[in-house]
Amino acid sequence: MLRFSIVNLLLVGILLLNLFMLGTSRIRALIQAAALQGVVLGAMPLLIADRLSSNAALIAVATIVLKGALIPQMLRKALRDAQIKREIEPLIGFVPTMLLGALGTLLSIALASGLPLEPEHSELLIVPASFSTVLTGFLLLTTRIKAITQVIGYLVLENGIFIFGMLLVEALPFLVEIGVLLDLFVGIFVVSIIIHHINREFASLDTRRLASLKE
Amino acid sequence: MIDLPVIIVHFALLLGFPPLLLGVINKTKAKFAGRRGPPLLQAYYDLARLLRKQMVVSRTTTWIFRAGPVIALSSALLAGALVPFGAFDAPLRFTGDFVLFAYLLALGRFFTAAAALDTGSAFEGMGAARDVSFACLAEAALFVAFVVLVRLSGALSLTPMLHAPIAAPFHGLPTAALALVAVALFVVLLVENARVPIDDPNTHLELTMIHEVMLLDHSGPLLGVALYAASLKLFLLSALLLHLVAPFALGSPALDWLAFAAGLVAIAIGIGVVESVMARLRLRYVPSLLIASTILCVFGFVLTLA
Repeated sequence: MLRFSIVNLLLVGILLLNLFMLGTSRIRALIQAAALQGVVLGAMPLLIADRLSSNAALIAVATIVLKGALIPQMLRKALRDAQIKREIEPLIGFVPTMLLGALGTLLSIALASGLPLEPEHSELLIVPASFSTVLTGFLLLTTRIKAITQVIGYLVLENGIFIFGMLLVEALPFLVEIGVLLDLFVGIFVVSIIIHHINREFASLDTRRLASLKE
Repeated sequence: MIDLPVIIVHFALLLGFPPLLLGVINKTKAKFAGRRGPPLLQAYYDLARLLRKQMVVSRTTTWIFRAGPVIALSSALLAGALVPFGAFDAPLRFTGDFVLFAYLLALGRFFTAAAALDTGSAFEGMGAARDVSFACLAEAALFVAFVVLVRLSGALSLTPMLHAPIAAPFHGLPTAALALVAVALFVVLLVENARVPIDDPNTHLELTMIHEVMLLDHSGPLLGVALYAASLKLFLLSALLLHLVAPFALGSPALDWLAFAAGLVAIAIGIGVVESVMARLRLRYVPSLLIASTILCVFGFVLTLA
């Protein structure tokens, strides 16, 4: 099946982007990679669904517009407004996080091969790519200090869940998917406003200091 | 078994084609920069000019200095006999020849580095140290890539290993594994040939360069031989990569040779595009890039196990 081969190539692209996001030291590149991942994800429902339904097409368009254009735009605006330096500050270095991400991906592949999947899904990389992307999101959330990189971690985490949803692309109600996207959009909207405010009130966006806030 | 026309065309391409790839890369870069660029055949003119020139050899050097480029060239030529071009078989093939292929390239590098050290120049020693340390990591990626191919094809010789995608097109997971290996091999190609994200072939006398700095003391015919050997290496690794990104055979020999040449030119254009849109990485990031490409191959290997 040529279609499945293409889907697998796209998923390989997503794995590569995961590694890149863990290894890069620039916030802009990170946002760009997350946006690209969103676009690749958006194209996927069209390829996986057996016949082209309006549902799949709508989800694809909404995903590409939101994850590929609007959200990255907001993040870039937040970056500009808060005048954040371009370098990402990791708690553990870039190579160790990359190795952790790689280890996570290997475990995901091992785990996926043990799961009782539908025969048409076992030839696809959906499950390992989904687990790996979720783990990448967790790693970005936990090992990066800046508030904005944590937002991107959350975005990547959601991308992973979206990939898993591809298994159910035939059955997933349109409303649920759009609802999730809307939640994500509002969430990131709110966070970018918060970042702006934190930046105005305090000198640093270091999330470790948030713990010491008092009323 | 021995197909004479194929062998003749194989060696004709191996000997004649490599400098053209350099021309294509430079032309692509020039187009990106809005320049006209040197002619496509500039590398041939350069080689012809260098071969006519006189040679200056430092008195402090020994026979190793002269042997370096010669051994690099002969090992690259021998390695060229092991690689199948396009849909055709390699002239020389036996079980385990991929190990010989990898270490023939390594032998060439060893003597290039030794010749650089032989001059006693601190500059060249630095380049040699960098080249060798990056090569260590690139070798790991190359070998894991070979292991994935062995696993997919069930063969231990380059010809059947690389022809497996043509013989029986893969579906599902093996495609993904092949794609991962192709990306990793592209990185290995860039590292082995000291192309842009790793080294800038245009800079001379800069503290960060790798391959060019090792040839600083070579002049005349020796420099020509070294440059020609380097272009052969680019050609061979591109031919290797071509099998993974364009696994098909058209049926008629003439068309297949044409497709092979066109594929190589396409890869050279790809390298030119990468060089135009990327800046060189900081030296300390190069190991991460190589480790990442090794990791990709390991992913590919795990996929073939599933």
